[in-house]
Amino acid sequence: MNWTVVQRILGLLLMVFSLTMLPPVAFSLYYDDHSWLPFVEGFGLTLAAGFICWLPVHRSKKDLRLRDGFLVVAAFWTVLGTFGAAPLYFSDGLSLSITDAIFESMSGLTTTGATVLTGLDELPVSILYYRQQLQWLGGMGIIVLAVAVLPMLGVGGMQLYRAETPGPVKDTKLTPRITETAKALWYVYLAFTITCMLGYRLAGMGWFDALCHAFSTVAIGGFSTHELSIGYFNSPAIDLIAVFFMFVAGINFSLHFFAWRYVSVKHYFQDPEFRAYGFVLIVVSTIVIASLYIYQVFADPGLTFINGLFQAVSIATTTGFTTVDFSVWPAAIPALLIFASFIGGSAGSTAGGIKVIRCLLVYKQGVREIVRLVHPSAEIPVKLGNKAVGSRVVDAVWGFFSVYIIVFGVMLLAMMSTGLDQVTAFSAVAASLNNLGPGLGDVSSGFHTVSDTAKWIAVAGMLLGRLEIFTLLVLITPTFWRH
Amino acid sequence: MKILILGAGQVGSSAAYHLSREEANEVTVVDRRPEVLRELQDRLDIRTVVGHAAYPDVLERAGAKDADIVVALTDMDETNMVACQVAYTGFRTPTKIARIRSAEYMNANKLFTQDAIPIDVRISPEQLVCSYVEQLILYPGSSQVLEFADGRVRLVGVKADRDGLLVGQRLATLKDHIPNTEARIAAIYRQGKAMLPDGDTVIQEGDEVFFIADRKDIRVFMSEMRRLEDPVRRVAIAGGGNIGVRLALALEQTNQVKIIERDPGRARDISEQLNKAIVLVGDAADEELLLEENIDSVDVFCALTNSEEANILSSMLSKRLGAHKVMALINRASYVDLVESGSIDIAISPQQVTIGSLLAHVRRGDVVKVHSLRRGAAEAMEAIAHGNEENSNVVGRAIEDIELPKGTAIIAIVRGDQVIIAHHDTVIEADDHVILFMTDRRKIERLETLFQVGVSFV
Repeated sequence: MNWTVVQRILGLLLMVFSLTMLPPVAFSLYYDDHSWLPFVEGFGLTLAAGFICWLPVHRSKKDLRLRDGFLVVAAFWTVLGTFGAAPLYFSDGLSLSITDAIFESMSGLTTTGATVLTGLDELPVSILYYRQQLQWLGGMGIIVLAVAVLPMLGVGGMQLYRAETPGPVKDTKLTPRITETAKALWYVYLAFTITCMLGYRLAGMGWFDALCHAFSTVAIGGFSTHELSIGYFNSPAIDLIAVFFMFVAGINFSLHFFAWRYVSVKHYFQDPEFRAYGFVLIVVSTIVIASLYIYQVFADPGLTFINGLFQAVSIATTTGFTTVDFSVWPAAIPALLIFASFIGGSAGSTAGGIKVIRCLLVYKQGVREIVRLVHPSAEIPVKLGNKAVGSRVVDAVWGFFSVYIIVFGVMLLAMMSTGLDQVTAFSAVAASLNNLGPGLGDVSSGFHTVSDTAKWIAVAGMLLGRLEIFTLLVLITPTFWRH
Repeated sequence: MKILILGAGQVGSSAAYHLSREEANEVTVVDRRPEVLRELQDRLDIRTVVGHAAYPDVLERAGAKDADIVVALTDMDETNMVACQVAYTGFRTPTKIARIRSAEYMNANKLFTQDAIPIDVRISPEQLVCSYVEQLILYPGSSQVLEFADGRVRLVGVKADRDGLLVGQRLATLKDHIPNTEARIAAIYRQGKAMLPDGDTVIQEGDEVFFIADRKDIRVFMSEMRRLEDPVRRVAIAGGGNIGVRLALALEQTNQVKIIERDPGRARDISEQLNKAIVLVGDAADEELLLEENIDSVDVFCALTNSEEANILSSMLSKRLGAHKVMALINRASYVDLVESGSIDIAISPQQVTIGSLLAHVRRGDVVKVHSLRRGAAEAMEAIAHGNEENSNVVGRAIEDIELPKGTAIIAIVRGDQVIIAHHDTVIEADDHVILFMTDRRKIERLETLFQVGVSFV
């Protein structure tokens, strides 16, 4: 382990991150909501902590190794979740406990979107903005951003990038230089954010709401500036724009990059993951809409369609926006939606969950076993598109799958032992591990009803989900620390 | 510069390493072996593409459309040639460099033209290594001999010992030692640290001195640094591969050459190619054989087999058995450090010898030749000064007025046929070939800018 390098980069990242507490100050002063002080305090604290961390080792010139990359990413997300909570904790208006502040900040950064706050509509503008901004930074990945703006990370940038980016195959670079790849991803992300904001504005939102919701839509986060989430606006146009951008943000960003580079949309449809992703969304939406129609939940067919579609896309992509309270919908719809969130979005997108490509590979494995039963001597590779997938990747997918289920089981039991009922505990774990946000039962409107212990379990779940479990899990294995 | 490297073998990997560590380059490497590429991508900031290097769709995936240079370095000549052809016809890649190993292709007439096989630069690592070793044998005592301006000027690296006439004296006294000729000390490495000397610098025993001189004056200057060794007469070569045979062919007229090859069939082939050299069948690490063939009277023993471990061991053995000087071909940089402090006199690194010829084409400005030194930390470069006094930072100025980056020196100028050893007041003219020495290659970008002509020239 290369402690000096880890410490140097960690300090540097903290110092860079501290700058993100300044825009809320500007919002606070502009809207005159008298809550700029906690942000300045948070800024000072984070900057000082980063500086103290960086100063003793700033001359260290060593390269980042593979192991250091894991440590930096895991440590940075943990530390960042904590320091990001500082403004929320310092704010007199909110008077949050440490647990609540960290829960809120972690839920923002990991793009989960579960909240412990109530009465959002009365909160200071700067606090509301800050929550949305946390989601936006966490969406594409704060480390990816750091790789883009800090060129001196060099080859080490690749190690960091790999530890943070979701998906089973992480070696594909869009451009030869890792900084260029990170930049490209952030440009695409930025472009979507701006278009989404303009869309919302044209559909009738105010500029502030449009910006804030664009942040959390493109990040597949789910925070809103209103208690009723997107339902507050009560506008089909806004719902449809949200659906479109949630869908787009759940696609692998390298596909967007190629679309932009080669000005073509053809390769979207050639990509097996995209097709599976589209298929899952269409099937889930159809079932939800049909069930809503059969059970006559909405009197109007138009409302049935809009709400069904919106909720299906929002939950299946792990965004977590709501237009109506879906947890009281009849039959299997709530459970179906929660299950859909396990599949989540594509690899290399801002969405959470297990990721479509992994589910696709597991499904293809299943099909292969069936074919093998019929043709015992057949040689059947697992293929994506026209390419056979290497056995290393397939193994990794299985490993991920089983660990995901084990982690889920353990957390479910832990949640239930804090006194939650089964439905609440199940959906709370799903909501945090899949970076979804809203759950069922007691957590359908937020996590303010559950105990502190349950909140900490959820915080752990969010982090595990965002870093795809392994990045965090390697740190607690003895092999990692052995020299 | 966007560079496409085809083939991730020894030469390809080291090219990727050297090229990708320059900020301005974007390197993509193509190879058929995914595991090799994965390992390479872990170490270097490059993109990798798995596939056959000459297939159009593979090249397209690797970004041949935007590439400025294609460097085909696979170990198959035919693949390299077809790859360049595809890059030219399919993607209009401006510069195409290919590794061509076999002399048959190399010597063929009119083969490499734009309407036949469009390769702009052909590199033969074997040829380069062979002539490198040849130079070392020609100038015994030198640790490196690098040519500039078609061999008219040579940069020689030599380790100073107690018997050198100049050792322990100020450099300014060099003129008194050898009044009528000129040379210049380009750089001195003392305990691994570079220093650019001036008139007051005193050469110490153990310094590695790089000096530049006209070809005919080299031996005289060598004697200033160390006791002059007798010209090499007896050479033993271990390994009858491509490099070994080329070297034997080059030396057999002037020297007594013995070449040891393990495989009897191959030995038979070699013996038919060679006229005067003696081909021995056997193991180069066989003590009996070496003693039998009077290894103790051999002036230079070169271990040039494919296996670097065998090269190291056999040259250590010959040294112990009494060979005067031993050289070993070693690819791995970490081995070079290990053995050069020990009993092996010169470690030859094929990568370092080869990379210079690639670097020359990547540089901005009109660069004719680049030699990579000291495992790529330093560089010697020959660049042409273009333009005129208005638009060039170099032309029409005395050397002392040129704003060179720190750690860089202009050491010589070749003007037409004339070799001018650089002084502080030498004025550079248009189209001069300027020879520079850089102790820190990270300054290379500033140097490139210096030699680029201002916009008005274009």
